[in-house]
This record gives sequence, structure tokens and C-alpha cells, in this order.
Amino acid sequence: MCGVCGCGDTKHGHDHGHGHEGEVGHRHDGGASGGGLREHGHLPRFAHAPGLSARRIVQVEQDLFAQNQAYADGNRRAFGERRVFSVNLMSSPGSGKTTLLVRTLKAMHDACPVIVIEGDQQTDRDARRIAATGVPVHQVNTGRGCHLDAHRVAHACDHLPIADGATLFIENVGNLVCPAGFDLGEARRVVVLSVTEGEDKPLKYPDMFRAADMLILNKVDLLPYVDFDIEACYAHAREVNPLVTMIAVSATRGDGMAQWLAWIGSERARWMRDGARATNPIGG
Amino acid sequence: MHEMALCESLMAIIEQEATMGRFHQVHSVSLEVGLLAGVEPEALQFGFQAVTHGTVAEGAELRILPATAQALCVLCGLEETISRPMSLCPACHGPLHVSGGRGLRIKEMEVE
Repeated sequence: MCGVCGCGDTKHGHDHGHGHEGEVGHRHDGGASGGGLREHGHLPRFAHAPGLSARRIVQVEQDLFAQNQAYADGNRRAFGERRVFSVNLMSSPGSGKTTLLVRTLKAMHDACPVIVIEGDQQTDRDARRIAATGVPVHQVNTGRGCHLDAHRVAHACDHLPIADGATLFIENVGNLVCPAGFDLGEARRVVVLSVTEGEDKPLKYPDMFRAADMLILNKVDLLPYVDFDIEACYAHAREVNPLVTMIAVSATRGDGMAQWLAWIGSERARWMRDGARATNPIGG
Repeated sequence: MHEMALCESLMAIIEQEATMGRFHQVHSVSLEVGLLAGVEPEALQFGFQAVTHGTVAEGAELRILPATAQALCVLCGLEETISRPMSLCPACHGPLHVSGGRGLRIKEMEVE
């Protein structure tokens, strides 16, 4: 799956960011005191004194998102070739992503192949909830990481029995900020917001809502008990993303589930018609 | 704190350059940060200090160069340089086509 680095181990991906520790050994002063650095500090810029290494400017021009983007492009290509329709589910913690997913899987499971990648900092609690539905799931623990990245998704796919034409749900780490900036190679992005969170979330976290194709307003069964203005929430979301589709759902009671399932079906068909490309690529 | 992950990517590039360019000390790193990239400069500075500890870039200055974006209104043709995210045209409320301002690009380093 990982066509970029060709590695077969998720731990290797972590090494991309930390490797080359041997480089520390090149330091003249062993890096302990820093005093040697200050000694060099008074040298004029670009000095070329014999026997002394001189300061110089190195032009680099490299994009920090490029590595993730390369993995994301690889995932998108692989998903497209196998007609695997992928949906990236994002929200703050506790908005009901897993409950929504469990209900969705129960409705879809018999009709078509479905698989799930679960992202959390720690534990496999969510993966166990998903596994109870009978759907194949792979849990990714990001440790101190606050989002899934495309490389982790590529390797998670190696652990899953992916049938051609399957639907893949990727439940991102609960976080309304960081996942918005990391393309996973998914076909559609869905942000879940619950009515217990406040209707101004789209304005407070615009990057997330701007990146989404669909906004699911969850826990609407709690509306009688909370002070939440649905129309104001929709207006705020439209302000940051005029094209976003929005539906009101209760994943526990079932409100809006038919609309959500119909959206998945129609978007899947649209994605196939468009040649299996994303409509709203990050950074596009 | 995805800035930490981005700083790890930055450090990977620096280490790679150190091997290729045969330098042993980085004094400064200039990083172009798109104003729509969803990245906090302060968090970047914090992450940079953390990931450079014990490396060739320990103590290096991170110079952040803000990059603006260009917006073009699809309806009225208004063109504007923007430094914050906008979706609707300020003149006619038509949909804006926004380009640039999303990158995070290391430009140059001062090394020895």
C-alpha cells in the first residue's frame, strides 16, 4: 500500500521524523555546553577563514506538507483503482462519531463491503465497539499525535481485508483543529458537530468546517434540553463553507439516518462518475 | 498541536540537508507560512525548540515569513490579497476563489 517509502512497518514512518541521530556526532563541541557556538558567533557572515567552517546560506525550498501529500496522493490513487470510497470522519471528542459509525455500519453491512480505520491517541475501545458490528476494523493509536496522517492510513489499510468497491470509514482523532490540515487521500470529508457543543463552532474552527463536504449535526434528540439554534449553526457553517451539505441526525434515536445513508450512496455514485476524484481537495 | 508533527517534518528536512550539504550547525531557518495554512506561529516556535533539542539545529532561530493568499470573486471579478480565511466576496457576497496562502515551505537556512 505504501508506494512512496515502500516500507512494511508503521514504526518506520515515525522514524522519518526522528532519524539520523548519528548527525549529532558531527558537532564540534559535542553539543553539551553551546559555548563553542558562541565563539563562532562573532565571525562575520560568509567568512571563509582557512581551517574554520564558515557560515553560509543554503537554499532549500521544500514544502513541509509535501511528504504527507505524497502519501495522500498514493492513497487516493490506490482507492480509486480499487473503487474504494473513503470517508474521513472528523469532530471534537465526544460529538458521537463512533455511535454514528456503529449505527451506519449496522445499516450498510449486509448490503455492501464496509471497513473502518479508527484513530485515537490511546486504547482500542472504539475499535472494539466497531468490531462488535462484524465490520473489519483496524485501530491506529497516534500516541501524542493529534491527527491521522496519510502514511498511517496507508499502513492501516495493510491490516484490513479490502474488497474492491468497498466503503472505507476513517474515524479521525477527536480534534477540530489539526485533522483539517492533513489530507488522507479520502474521497469525502465529514465533520460531526453535536448540539451540546455550541452553534458557533463553525466560526471558531473555520478550517475544519471549510474542509468538509458534509456537516452532520448530531444529538438532535437533546435539543429540548439545550440552548442551541440550529438555523444559526447552519448559517455560520455556510458563512465559512457555502457548498457544505448539512443534515440533522440523532445517532442514538435514528433521526436523519436515512438522509445520511442516502448521501453516502449518492456521493459514492458521484465520485465514481467523476473518475474517483475528490471534489474538495485540501489546499486546492 | 499538529505544529509539532510539522516541526518533525521540518527537522527531517534539516537532517537530510545536513547530510547532503555537510554542515554541522544550523543558525537560522527561514520558513514561509501561508496565512491560511491553519498553523500557529507561536506553536511552531515552541515545537521547533522541542524537536531541535540535541540536533544540528539546537538553538537555531526560526524565522517565520508570512505568505498571503489571492482571492478572486467568481461573480463580480473583485481581486484582493487576503491574510485571513474568507469564503464570500466582501463586495457582492459571491463565492470567492482563493489561491495560495496554504503552504508551509522551508526557504533557506544559515548554516556552518
